[in-house]
Amino acid sequence: MKAPSSTPCLLAALSLATALLFVADLGFGSVRIPFSGVLDALAGRSVDPAWESIVRVFRLPKALTALAAGAALAVSGLILQTVFRNPLAGPDSLGIGAGASVGVALVVLAAGSGAGSAFLSGLGLAGYALLSVAATAGAFLVLLVILLFARRVENGVTLLIVGLLVGYFAGSLVSLLVYFGSPQKVQVYLGWTYGSFSSVTARQLPVLYAAAALGFALAARCSKALNALLMGERFAESLGVRVKGARTRALLAASLLAGAATAFCGPIAFLGIAAPQAARRAFRSSDHAVLLPGAALLGSIFALAADIASQAPGGGSVLPINPLLALIGAPIILSLFLRGSGERGGAR
Amino acid sequence: MTSSASGSAFLTARGLAIGWRARVERQLASGIDLELGAGDFAALVGPNGSGKSTLLRTLAGHQAPLRGEVALCGDEIGRLSVEERSRRAACVFTDRFDPGYFTVFDIVAFGRYPYTGARNRLGERDLAAVEGAIGAVGLGSLVGRRLAELSDGERQKALIARAIAQDCPLLVLDEPTAFLDAPARVEIFHILRDIARSSGKAVVLSTHDIDHALRYAGILWLMDTNHRFKAGAPEDLATSGAMGRAFDGEGFRFDLVSGAFRSIEEDEPYAIGLEGPEGVSKSWAARLAERLGLVVSGGGRGLVTLGSVSIAEGEGGPMFALRSADPAAPVLEAASYAELARLLAALIADRTIG
Repeated sequence: MKAPSSTPCLLAALSLATALLFVADLGFGSVRIPFSGVLDALAGRSVDPAWESIVRVFRLPKALTALAAGAALAVSGLILQTVFRNPLAGPDSLGIGAGASVGVALVVLAAGSGAGSAFLSGLGLAGYALLSVAATAGAFLVLLVILLFARRVENGVTLLIVGLLVGYFAGSLVSLLVYFGSPQKVQVYLGWTYGSFSSVTARQLPVLYAAAALGFALAARCSKALNALLMGERFAESLGVRVKGARTRALLAASLLAGAATAFCGPIAFLGIAAPQAARRAFRSSDHAVLLPGAALLGSIFALAADIASQAPGGGSVLPINPLLALIGAPIILSLFLRGSGERGGAR
Repeated sequence: MTSSASGSAFLTARGLAIGWRARVERQLASGIDLELGAGDFAALVGPNGSGKSTLLRTLAGHQAPLRGEVALCGDEIGRLSVEERSRRAACVFTDRFDPGYFTVFDIVAFGRYPYTGARNRLGERDLAAVEGAIGAVGLGSLVGRRLAELSDGERQKALIARAIAQDCPLLVLDEPTAFLDAPARVEIFHILRDIARSSGKAVVLSTHDIDHALRYAGILWLMDTNHRFKAGAPEDLATSGAMGRAFDGEGFRFDLVSGAFRSIEEDEPYAIGLEGPEGVSKSWAARLAERLGLVVSGGGRGLVTLGSVSIAEGEGGPMFALRSADPAAPVLEAASYAELARLLAALIADRTIG
């Protein structure tokens, strides 16, 4: 692939924007900390010990989570859109988000009072660890079903329908659990569905980052095959791509990335669909060697921006991430569509 | 081991049966024997549903044969890995796709996939192959343009260039001229014939353009409505009646004189004579007459002759004089094809109603 000469510049600019938003995210919150204060706190030479602990204990893990989860969801969405050759595909359409939700709903709503009350009492680690395991398990269960079909079904569109059906199935399970759950537990579950980057502690971060790194590495190895798959499965096969194997690896990467992000942050919709779209338009490219890093950076930017915006009310109250992302992001993406509507074939 | 006859062939099939094997086997055609070697240009024709696409997919290894064997460059196709196959047969299928932001260069560079590493870096040889292929289809001026901005014909040429860049002995194309306008269809046939001639590849395409297939292809593969397969020289298949039989029952007949299909009229058609110097005017007058359902003949064949048209070259174009077979009728003159058409139509109407 011949990349436009502007590609390296754009990648550098997006990296810089990501870094700036990352630092800004550390400064915003119920306590406003100036830029220099943030840098001092990170360097461990802060004059105010309160600032230092706020930045290092609360805000740094949150910003790191947003950074990784945003990139993971974006790359996951990019892969799914390519494999299913559908610009509307995203982590949700595979049923991965729904699978994770079932896991969480089971823990929060149906489990004995032990786990549930752990949440209600606001107790951190044990409950969250259980939650993460349940969400990952749910996501992977769905992944297994999808992969089983991916080996047998030739057609990407059929696979998308399988994903939708699995999603409906999982959604119905959640509905039943919610229906029979006690109001307090339902409240906790609903809190998780709003999405948040702040529930990951410093001790859980390595798990999220390891899963994300593995997913990114797998995705990078698929880059060549993904380009060919974009042109159709028969086209790819005639170029010597082992379609089923490549597709399975790509879906494994997508599931790992989306599963990990969902487990730790809740079912964050929209980002996985919007970031790849934005990357294609920003880089004017369909080459995955460019789109994979591009979508990852844009995903991080969206997530960090949403996290900053969620602090807007001030005074200790925080807006939920999920509605916020859609509220701010949807008009931006729509305007991109309008501006690019003169171009054919820009949807992917 | 392969026989000595097929030792040099790029593609051979022996006793091949094609079709689908699901819960029950659905056989489309059987007993197919064929062979293609360096420089061969074959056209596969047949009515819709006769199994053309299935045959091409089977020959390219994208679908398993029900029985019999297919060999690519001497090796049984089922034993070749996907990678090995992609270096022996390059295929252009009809699947629709959204080319996104891919440029002509990007699309043609896909042809180098079987040769590049995991990072898909193009080496000097790859770049030369891509540029050569783009030149071969005449898209040199559009290298950097996005495929989405091109016409259907240019798009198809880019896809053919991709197959050429793949540098395989065998080129398989499923209906490469579908959806294209007339000049683009001729161009595609030209390009493919030149590829077969100059680079020593074997090229096979399926098409509904019987006319072009008969004009350009050295080998005709014919599949009929009953899924029978015949291979031979286009002239043999046309004159032996095999061509006409293949398309039987579609309301058309294969006209041996013109080498094209014509609608079967319910009644015996009328004939008209044409007199004048051979040339452009006479051949277009003949087309006009055929369009009106008349058979152009100098008599014979037992048809009722309506009259004759004599053609003379005038100052501002051809002049026509229509003499009716009824000697009492006056000679009518026409100064344009439109007027001639009106006169002939009136003559036909007179005869039909009268």
